[in-house]
Amino acid sequence: MSEKKKTDSPLERLGNGLFKENPTFVLALGMCPTLAVTTSAMNGLGMGLSTTAVLMMSNLMISLLRKVIPSRVRIPAFIVIIATFVTVVQFLMQAYLPGVNSALGIYIPLIVVNCIILGRAEAYAYMNPPIPSFFDGLGMGLGFSLALTCIGAVRELLGAGKVFDHQVMPGSYVPINIFILAPGAFFVLAALTALQNYIRIRQKKAGKEPKKPAGCVEDCQNCAESGCGMRFYDAEGKKDAIKKTNKKAMAEAVSEPPKKALAEALSETQKKAPAENGIKENAPAANEVKEKEDSEKKAEEENKKGGEEK
Amino acid sequence: MSKLYHVSSNPHVRAASSTAGIMTLVIIALLPAAGFGIYNFGPRAALVLLVTIASAVGTEFLFGLYKKKLTITDMSAVVTGLLLGMNLPVTIPLWMAAMGSVFAILVVKCLFGGLGQNFMNPALAARCFLVISFPAQMTNFISTGKGALDAYTGATPLALLKGGETVNVMDMIVGKTTGTIGETSMLALVIGACVLLLTGVIDLRVPGSYLVSFVIFTVIFGGHGFEPAFLSAQLAGGGLMLGAFFMATDYVTRPITVGGQYVFGIFLGIMTGIFRFFGPGAEGVSYAIVLGNLLVPLIEKYTRPIPFGGKGAK
Repeated sequence: MSEKKKTDSPLERLGNGLFKENPTFVLALGMCPTLAVTTSAMNGLGMGLSTTAVLMMSNLMISLLRKVIPSRVRIPAFIVIIATFVTVVQFLMQAYLPGVNSALGIYIPLIVVNCIILGRAEAYAYMNPPIPSFFDGLGMGLGFSLALTCIGAVRELLGAGKVFDHQVMPGSYVPINIFILAPGAFFVLAALTALQNYIRIRQKKAGKEPKKPAGCVEDCQNCAESGCGMRFYDAEGKKDAIKKTNKKAMAEAVSEPPKKALAEALSETQKKAPAENGIKENAPAANEVKEKEDSEKKAEEENKKGGEEK
Repeated sequence: MSKLYHVSSNPHVRAASSTAGIMTLVIIALLPAAGFGIYNFGPRAALVLLVTIASAVGTEFLFGLYKKKLTITDMSAVVTGLLLGMNLPVTIPLWMAAMGSVFAILVVKCLFGGLGQNFMNPALAARCFLVISFPAQMTNFISTGKGALDAYTGATPLALLKGGETVNVMDMIVGKTTGTIGETSMLALVIGACVLLLTGVIDLRVPGSYLVSFVIFTVIFGGHGFEPAFLSAQLAGGGLMLGAFFMATDYVTRPITVGGQYVFGIFLGIMTGIFRFFGPGAEGVSYAIVLGNLLVPLIEKYTRPIPFGGKGAK
C-alpha cells in the first residue's frame, strides 16, 4: 500500500484519468453516452463536464463516508450519493443551460448509471482518502470530457462541416451525413481508440512503458490484489489478504480472510463496542449480520468465485 | 451431402482454379451488364466505373505496401470496384464514388484482415455507406441524355410501382430504364449469371432460394396477388438480379454449409420483400444482403452438417 500512496498525488491522479487510464479510450467505460450524445463537440463537452461534476463530488463524498458505509450495502449507498449529485446537476443545467440540457435529454438523468462513476467509486474512492479521490474524479471526468469532445468534434466536422457550431469546412463541402448518425459514432470512436493505441504502442517500443494500471484493466490476476478484488474483503481482512495473495496461495487467501473478518465483526458488534479498524457498523447492521450470517458468507464466496473466473 | 462423407486417400484431386481465376470469371460475367450500363447511360457511366475500380485497386495496393503484402493480384479489388460502380447512379460526383471504394476496401475489407475475413460484402457495405451519407446524390437518377436513354428524368420503375403506377415490363427486362449503372438490364445480368453457373463459380442454391422466396413473399404480401406483370416487374426491377447472382453468392460472406445457403437465400428473399413493400424506400436488396451477411456465422452454427457416426439431432 505504501508504494501505492506515492502514486496518489493529485497531479498523478489527473494525468492518470486524462491519459493513462482514459475512461473512454482505455477503460472503455460509459460507452452509452459516448456513442449517443457526441453528435457535436458542444454536446460532448456538456455531457463530459456534467459527468465530471458528478464524478468529483460523488468520489469525494464516498471517500469521506468509506468507513461508515458497510461493504454489503455499498452499492445502494453509492447510488443514493450519485443520484443526489445528478439531480443537483440536472436542476442546475435546466436553470442555466436549457439548450444543452434539451440536447442531452435523457442522458443527463442516466449519468446515475454511468459505469465510470460507479466504477471509480468501487475501484478507487471506496478505498482511498478524500483528496486523491477528488482528484481521481476530476481526472477521470476531464478524461471523459476530452474524449467526448474529440469524438464530437470529429463527427461534427465530417458530418456538418462545423466545430463548436463554427463553419470550418469551405462552403462547397458536402456533409457526410453518416457521421452525425449512429454508425458514425462507432467509426470515430474506433478510429480514435486505434490512434490512441498506436501512440501507446510506439511509446512502449521506445522504452517509455506506462505503468500498469490498477484495477481490472489488464488481467484478472491483478484483480485480487488491487482494484475491484479488494471490495470482497472487509477493511480488517484487506491487509492480510494482500499479504497472503500471491498466485499460488490465491485460493487460500480468498477463502480465509472474509470469514475471519466477519467473525471479528460479529464478536465486536455483539459487545456493542464500536469497532476500530474500519468496521464501524451501527447496531441495526450488526443485527442483520447476525441474521444473515450464513447467507452472506455464501453470497460472498460466490462473488469471489465469480471474480476469480472473470 | 454424401460427397462430404467421402474421404479418399491421396493423391487428391487438384483443381486449377485460383482466387484470381474465379475473380476474372466474375469480371467477365459482369461485363455484359456493365457494357449495357455504359450504352444506356452514356460515357459518364464508364468514367464512374473506372474511378471506382481504380480507387479500389489503388487503396488495396497502398494498404498492401503498408502491410508489405501484395494482394491486388487476386483481382478481388477489381470485382469490388466494378460491383460498387454498378451500384451507383450515373450522376454521382466522382469523389463520392472514389470515397465509396476506399471505404469498401479499407474499412470493410483490409481492416478486418483482407479478403476472406471481411464480414460483409465490401461493395454493398460501401453502397449502404454512401446511401446513408449522401441520400440525395445516391437517388438522383437523372439521365445525362448522352446514352441510349434520352434525358430520362424521374423515378426508377420500382419507385413508380410503389406509387401505384404502371411500368413497361419489356423495357425493364431489356434494361431501358433508370436506375444504377449496372442494375437495369435483367437480360445482361442473366447472361452473366449463366456464365458463372456454367463455369461452376456459383450454384443456384443462394440465388434460387432467394428469388423463389421473394416471389412467394411478393404473391402473399405484395398486394397484387399472383399477377405476372407485377411479379416480373418486381423481379426485373432494382438490384435484385445483380444482388442475387453476383453479391449474395460472394464466397466470403455467404454460409459455407449447404443447408445454411438455403436459409440465407430465404432470409434474403423475405427481407427484400419486407424492405420493398413495407419500408419507406422502393429498394431493399442491398440492406437485405448486408443484414444477411451479418447473420452468416449464426446460420452456419445451426446448419453445421453432422459427421457420419457423429451424434444425431437431439
